[in-house]
Amino acid sequence: MALAGTAVRSATSARRGTLARREALWGFICASPWFVGFFVFTAGPMLASIALSLTRWDLLTAPHFVGLQNYQTLLSGDTSVWHSLEVTTYYAVLAVPLHTAFGLFLAILLNQKIRFQRFVRTVYYLPSVVSGVAVALLWQWIFSPDFGLLNTLLGYVGIKGPAWLSDGQTVIPAFVIMSLWGVGASMIIYLAGLQGIPTELYEAAQMDGASTVRQFWTVTVPMLSPVIFFNVIMGIIGALQVFTQAYVMTAGGPHDASLFFMLYLYQNAFEYFKMGYASALAWVLFFYIMALTLLVIRSSAAWVYYEGRTRGR
Amino acid sequence: MASQAQSWLASPRDRKVRLWQSRRTADATRMTLTYLTLGIGGIFVCIPFFWMLSTSLKNEGAVFLYPPQWIPQPLQPQNYAQALTVLPFALFFRNTLITTLVPLVGALFSCSIVAYSFARLRWPGRDIWFLVVLATLMLPEQVTMIPRFILFRNLGWINTFYPLIVPPFFAIGAFNVFLLRQFFMTVSTETDDAAKIDGAGVFGIYWRILLPLSKPALAAVAVFIFKAHWDDFLGPLIYLHSQGMFTLALGLRAFQGEYGTDWNLLMAASLVVMLPVLLLFFFLQRYFIQGIVFTGIK
Repeated sequence: MALAGTAVRSATSARRGTLARREALWGFICASPWFVGFFVFTAGPMLASIALSLTRWDLLTAPHFVGLQNYQTLLSGDTSVWHSLEVTTYYAVLAVPLHTAFGLFLAILLNQKIRFQRFVRTVYYLPSVVSGVAVALLWQWIFSPDFGLLNTLLGYVGIKGPAWLSDGQTVIPAFVIMSLWGVGASMIIYLAGLQGIPTELYEAAQMDGASTVRQFWTVTVPMLSPVIFFNVIMGIIGALQVFTQAYVMTAGGPHDASLFFMLYLYQNAFEYFKMGYASALAWVLFFYIMALTLLVIRSSAAWVYYEGRTRGR
Repeated sequence: MASQAQSWLASPRDRKVRLWQSRRTADATRMTLTYLTLGIGGIFVCIPFFWMLSTSLKNEGAVFLYPPQWIPQPLQPQNYAQALTVLPFALFFRNTLITTLVPLVGALFSCSIVAYSFARLRWPGRDIWFLVVLATLMLPEQVTMIPRFILFRNLGWINTFYPLIVPPFFAIGAFNVFLLRQFFMTVSTETDDAAKIDGAGVFGIYWRILLPLSKPALAAVAVFIFKAHWDDFLGPLIYLHSQGMFTLALGLRAFQGEYGTDWNLLMAASLVVMLPVLLLFFFLQRYFIQGIVFTGIK
């Protein structure tokens, strides 16, 4: 190693130039799969999507340029757009806070010294491992009004459960309940975050006579806020893109009560073959996600605490 | 507050004992509540799995009994054979292996070598391009979905596996690139210099030093790629149309279409489809959790 160091130092600048150039060449070669992928599968399609959103195209006849008409339609003519945005937002507004609350609560419980700690963590984490059509079918059966698991359990305590997926009032809460089964993923992340909080902070708080509840609000939450922040953003993005569950379990019903935005987009593109209109919808979703994310980022100044920042290095 | 301070002044020793006792009872109550909550919660978490298993072993009549039988009488394990043969699930399984394992290999190679370039090699514009990688992380898939579909359609790739297995070879999983790059940054460069003296080239350092040292990160990424492709529904739904090309996800969906209320058969098939991911989780639990933790914190 020392040899290499002196060799490089004593080399002429010309030689150093060639070495740097060779490294740069290799750098490009190694990064080239990403460059190809980026231009062919991301940047190119993005530009194409903008162009497509200005056309009417059913894949069979030639695309027809219509200017901003698609955007005009979705803003004023098509009530389903607003309805599906509403449905999707309603889901997100219920699911994201509940995931945060339950995930944090479980993480705090599991962060204590308890017996069979590893086993209990595994149990809670397990449902978040599985996803897709199989889980959707399982929950469709669980929500079955007469013979399903959920209403059976409610029946044991004397409650007559609702029709869940076939009732417009309960279909979105049902999807939220189903998603909460997978809360273990957030739990594990919060658990790791909790383990990163120095115990001295709690000891100091105890010395000052802070109660457990107070310690939670003055130590745990501020110290964990960057993790919560990240999870809230990822949660919002995920919630706005729900598709498989809705497609398999309700197909948007009853009476469009679970017409998630992605489902509506899919129907326009691949069932009605309105490629131009669906592209415009995709951009609406994109800007909606961006707007909500920015909103959370803006608000973060008020509640996210970064250690380095206040300490002022 | 005041009276507390007084009593503390009056007999410090007595106060200490009482404090200690109240702390102990508080701790005991807290632990009891913890176990109780975790126990009840644990039952709710496990019950859907048990319900699925129980339903999958019932006969048609027992499925619609109220109150339900938790342990089916009689047990009907032949449901599994029936569920998996009415539709060609063996073929779906083979197709899913193709659409899962080929992307897995492709994504591991491409993402790791790209991450190596971003982490270790110096080239002009590298940091700006890395910002672009991060920006694509935020881009929802839906924006590129339709043009990609048209691209693959023009290539004649509809109803083939290519749209599902070719893109992963081009490091399109920005998240994996990011994760591996962060990990590679933590690996000391000292061994690089030693290897250079031994005559290892740029590729040699990647292949013989960095990859073996990064096994945990690679395993975490691999587990995620596997799960994402195994469970993927929208991709196959868009691109695969004939039954002979169906993946397990599409097969399950088709099965639901034909046998919509045969919950015993549907649950048997669903359980079998879930099983590989569950098994993978049990064997690679550490990497699952590492990966998830890595994604959630920085």
